[in-house]
Amino acid sequence: MNVGIVSYGAYIPRYRIRVEEIAKVWGANANSIIDGLMVFEKSVPDLDEDTITIAVEAARYAINRANINPEKIGAVYTGSESHPYAVKPSRTVIAEAIGATPDLTVADFEFACKAGTAAIQTCMGMVETGMIELGMAIGSDVSQGAPGDALEYTAAAGGVAYIIGKKDQVANIESTYSYTTDTPDFWRREGMPYPEHGGRFTGEPGYFKHVSSAAEGLMKRMGTKPSDYNYAIFHQPNGKFPTRVAKMLGFTSEQIKPGLVVPRLGNTYSGSCMMGLAATLDIAKAGDRIFMTSFGSGAGSDAFSFTVTDRIDEIRNRAPGVETLLANPIYINYATYARHKGKIKL
Amino acid sequence: MSVPRFWRRIKNLYNLIGTHCEKCGGFFYPPRNMCPKCRRNGIVNPFKFKGAGVVVTYTIVHTAAKDYAKLTPYILAIIKLDEGPSLTSQVICDHSQIHIGMRVKSAFRKLGEESDKGMIYYGTKFVPMEEKA
Repeated sequence: MNVGIVSYGAYIPRYRIRVEEIAKVWGANANSIIDGLMVFEKSVPDLDEDTITIAVEAARYAINRANINPEKIGAVYTGSESHPYAVKPSRTVIAEAIGATPDLTVADFEFACKAGTAAIQTCMGMVETGMIELGMAIGSDVSQGAPGDALEYTAAAGGVAYIIGKKDQVANIESTYSYTTDTPDFWRREGMPYPEHGGRFTGEPGYFKHVSSAAEGLMKRMGTKPSDYNYAIFHQPNGKFPTRVAKMLGFTSEQIKPGLVVPRLGNTYSGSCMMGLAATLDIAKAGDRIFMTSFGSGAGSDAFSFTVTDRIDEIRNRAPGVETLLANPIYINYATYARHKGKIKL
Repeated sequence: MSVPRFWRRIKNLYNLIGTHCEKCGGFFYPPRNMCPKCRRNGIVNPFKFKGAGVVVTYTIVHTAAKDYAKLTPYILAIIKLDEGPSLTSQVICDHSQIHIGMRVKSAFRKLGEESDKGMIYYGTKFVPMEEKA
């Protein structure tokens, strides 16, 4: 395909809470949870951060990294399951804050954790057909986990923005393929503060079926195999799932290592595997091939195949990398975390 | 803040857009429609500030108005932008870190909200320069 990633930017709030701190409050065995999830800590938004502010910071880094003229961006699509408004687009704020208004189209996407990759696919189509020159796809979330629920140990905050275009690509998108069924493994009803989930049902019929089907489907269509790729990223709701699905598909632990950020970050939902891709682009060399598969509960997966170009070295260091954003966290206790997440109502 | 009042200031709040007098070289934030020095001879155009500046002075607010109660204690500072004008803004950092002369850079944050049912207002605050690229 003659379309690819022109630039990218990530943003992670500085606050972290350790799994031990959450487990202590609920009388749970922290070591057992860490071993089971392969997650040690998760990011927490500041009191004045939400999905929109995180998306704006990521989008501005993406614009600065490749010195993009924001007026050339013809579409801004953002995937999230924590849009601040139930009715009012979040993306108008983002488009205004990056200076892309008024000559563009914007919309909020929602498909659990894969809304961001669905936004990439939409931008690809619009760029490929010539409707727009550049499109911005963002995955951003301040994900919710009910107090004491298993999700509370991983539901994190972060966002990633990708600018999709034809010229000056840092990674060409060779192909994409999606696999979708109606599998109700996770949901949040209108007006409810926290999502519900099907427990173990989210595993085999949800995550593993869709991720492996999308990944195998794309490789079959392209005639590629896991060894053709230097790196791979799979949606990371925890550390265990992507590690297991990579092994099932025939990818090695070395291939997924650079993009496996969840143990120190938590699950950033719509930003999850897009954050892993950003971390991988931070270290990739020209000619490297990258495989990525997202997953959104409900359920579906989008698989992508990328080839990195030599332009990556030119723009890589013009914005902070994922490792820089993960460095120097501020650790908080559960009470402060509860305040930051609005779990304490004044 | 009423919704129309916020809406009129969105470009200024989101992107630090003020004005610049091309005749005398003066910079203004919030924006001025007329240059106070050149008066009617001034040539005033919109100008986007880079967002870098220095803390001139600051205070730590412990008792705030109702809309800001959730944020206390927070740092409120006068920041002199590199281009010249000064503005009042929150600085987001550890309270032991804030000091006069501190280099800061703009960040996009929530400024406030009108209860759980009302509008959310977004705009510019400042963070220590070393936190951003």
